[in-house]
Amino acid sequence: MVGKREFLDAVISFEGVSFAYGDGARVLDDVSMAVLSGEFIAVVGRNGSGKSTLARHCNGILLPDDGRVLVGGMDTADKEHLLDVRQTVGMVFQNPDNQIVASVVEEDVAFALENLGVPPGEIRHRVDAALRAVDMYDYREHAPHRLSGGQKQRVAIAGVIAMAPRALVLDEPTAMLDPQGRREVLEIVRRLCREEGVAVILITHHMSEAALCDRVVVMDQGRVAAEGSPREIFSDRQWRETGLAVPQAVALLELLRLGGMDIPYGSLTVEECADAIYQALGQGA
Amino acid sequence: MPILQAEHLSYTYGAGTPFERQALDDVSLSLEEGEFLGIIGHTGSGKSTLAQHLNGLLRPTAGRVLFRGRDIWANPRDARKIRFSVGLVFQYPEYQLFEETVARDIAFGPRNMGVPDAEIGERVAQSMALAGLSSDLADKSPFELSGGQRRRAAIAGVIAMAPDVLVLDEPTAGLDPQGRREILDHIRLYHETRGSAVVLVSHNMEDIARYASRIAVLKRARLWMEGAPRDIFSRAGELEEAGLSPPPVTRVMQALRDKGLPVDTSVYAIEPAAQEILRMRG
Amino acid sequence: MLKDITLGQYFPGNSVVHRLDPRAKLILTFIYIIALFLASGFLTYAVMLAWLVLAVSLSRIPLRMFLKGLRPLLFIVILTGLLNVFYTDGRVLAQWWIFRITLEGLLMAVRMIMRILMLVTGTFLLTYTTSPLQLTDALERLLGPLKRIRVPVHELAMMMTIALRFIPTLIEEADKIMNAQRARGADFDSGNIIRRARALVPLLVPLFVSAFRRAEDLAVAMESRCYHGGEGRTRMRVLAFRAADAAILAAFLAISAGVGVLGVVGF
Repeated sequence: MVGKREFLDAVISFEGVSFAYGDGARVLDDVSMAVLSGEFIAVVGRNGSGKSTLARHCNGILLPDDGRVLVGGMDTADKEHLLDVRQTVGMVFQNPDNQIVASVVEEDVAFALENLGVPPGEIRHRVDAALRAVDMYDYREHAPHRLSGGQKQRVAIAGVIAMAPRALVLDEPTAMLDPQGRREVLEIVRRLCREEGVAVILITHHMSEAALCDRVVVMDQGRVAAEGSPREIFSDRQWRETGLAVPQAVALLELLRLGGMDIPYGSLTVEECADAIYQALGQGA
Repeated sequence: MPILQAEHLSYTYGAGTPFERQALDDVSLSLEEGEFLGIIGHTGSGKSTLAQHLNGLLRPTAGRVLFRGRDIWANPRDARKIRFSVGLVFQYPEYQLFEETVARDIAFGPRNMGVPDAEIGERVAQSMALAGLSSDLADKSPFELSGGQRRRAAIAGVIAMAPDVLVLDEPTAGLDPQGRREILDHIRLYHETRGSAVVLVSHNMEDIARYASRIAVLKRARLWMEGAPRDIFSRAGELEEAGLSPPPVTRVMQALRDKGLPVDTSVYAIEPAAQEILRMRG
Repeated sequence: MLKDITLGQYFPGNSVVHRLDPRAKLILTFIYIIALFLASGFLTYAVMLAWLVLAVSLSRIPLRMFLKGLRPLLFIVILTGLLNVFYTDGRVLAQWWIFRITLEGLLMAVRMIMRILMLVTGTFLLTYTTSPLQLTDALERLLGPLKRIRVPVHELAMMMTIALRFIPTLIEEADKIMNAQRARGADFDSGNIIRRARALVPLLVPLFVSAFRRAEDLAVAMESRCYHGGEGRTRMRVLAFRAADAAILAAFLAISAGVGVLGVVGF
């Protein structure tokens, strides 16, 4: 568990955050966590575990009932800093159709910058750069409704990174996409993290996506149930209790252990699992 | 005789416009009575278009669709009737719910068929049970249900028509792993209870591998492969090249084979794979 | 199928007419309509027609596009013509039963038909050569001064932008829902008017639910992208009112004034 450690370069930090919709049950229950600069975090958990609510606290769309959320040192509850907070933490949502505002791709990417009062010349420049960063520059004059799901989602990402945020929160961005769209979006997000140093919080129920991250946060009933590297999380039996589906290759290892084979924990990808089995069969050693 | 047959089916969208696109190209496929068929393909491979031909929502540009040996378009005025024999569940079917209560929404299909009132209650109750919806949800508004429940209510609405063939287009899209399992397990329950044929259209190989007894793979509007899951997944390399990734277990077995172990690479579920490996340990 | 309805009849191009500032085009169209109503005699109509023909040919949009657009209006045009022919008093040219054709009626009919055709063609020229986005932009800027008397100009323009964005999405969605209900045996195409209206319930309820859901999502997404109303907002696309725009506008204003004056005196 994360205590109340101070993270000097935390982009987002949650300090004992609790939240309930109306007078209902607590959706977030004393959540403390920090997102460091340039980090790639996956947040997993079953439906209703509080993942999306957590995401909406990251840029002040929702405000905590108890505790506080700091974005680059600014309290999200502080109205004066609202625009700065939203510029620092960009959000991408599940349904690609419902977050595109304009009927021309480049106009949509310009939306946030126009809201921020950026001079026209600079908007043009940053819009082009953002579209190139997501490989959608050639589509800048297209109508969004004619694009594929993956392309729409990349336009949505461009519209957010045009603000030059320090962190990007993606709330199940691939849930409505086909495998190809998922690959496109993940590749872009990883590249932004690696090359531009943008911290990424990826909320997902695809364990194969979570396996790509630096750190996995498991949410259960509004609490942080587990936290660690993908290797630690997926080799931990705890995942069963939180109702997560483990990657199929890892589940295979689990079955082999039950069958009496001595396979060490810590394998994650298809290749690693195959290696582990190979060694356990006494072939590699 | 197969219950449903597509014969040299071709379909072109927007013929004569700049958006013209051939969605199906000479596809022939048949479905046996009581069979569980999986159709796999990329977005744009034509699988959804094929699904909409099976119940007469689209009319083929060329070729025929036969239901119990009869061309469903032989008399276009009767084409609507085929929709009661071949039930189609669309992608994101929960968006079609409109009635005040779940029960009334499920009754919509049977009512359109002219099922007598006395029988409707029973049909609704049965299909709710098959879809895994507890009976106390019947009088709730569909909009009070959770996402997974809404989807199952929509599927129950098609099951209630008691079709001879149930076609589902990406029934698990956008659900979390638990919701996915629930839907698929209930589809299997339905298949086993009713014994009627099921066609599952998906781009998710793991789902198809687990449930279907025969698989058809579409690629660029054409039928590319057809056969038992074992036969299909033993061609993992080709599938991967076509951008369709086989289930991770199949890929693990493939990797072991590449290392020189004589494992069966056509397994696609965890349990047989584990048995296969444990057997090797001898 | 609903999908076949074409929206935003805009034909992208790079002609002189396309390149004109959208504000200038809006004002030109407005003046053109007023002048058209002031025109009355052969001379004034000829001047307006010449102007229109010039603009249409400069736009390089094929004439058949305009004819295609005019087709749905054929009935109204013919009806207007006939009414004017038969119900205008004057020198009788021919008579049959209760129908009487007068010279004045004939002239009036020609004039009315010309007026309708020219009016519609002129507005087509505006929408054919100006993207909906540019039109929204131009409207927002032209109406800008009204903000001072608390007309929510920015909000109206924003609504138009969003509507333009979502109309195709909702049409596609309506198509999908209709097919899904058809698969459950819904029949949208037969029965009397009451039956048909009731058959629409399974389409309209899900469509409204979906539209509200989308609106909610969009509102959150807009806020996340720092939307806070029109205050302090800039635009990427700067409308530049160039000398050419001003010159064309001035020339047309002068011609229209002339047409107006001549029209009122009856030429």
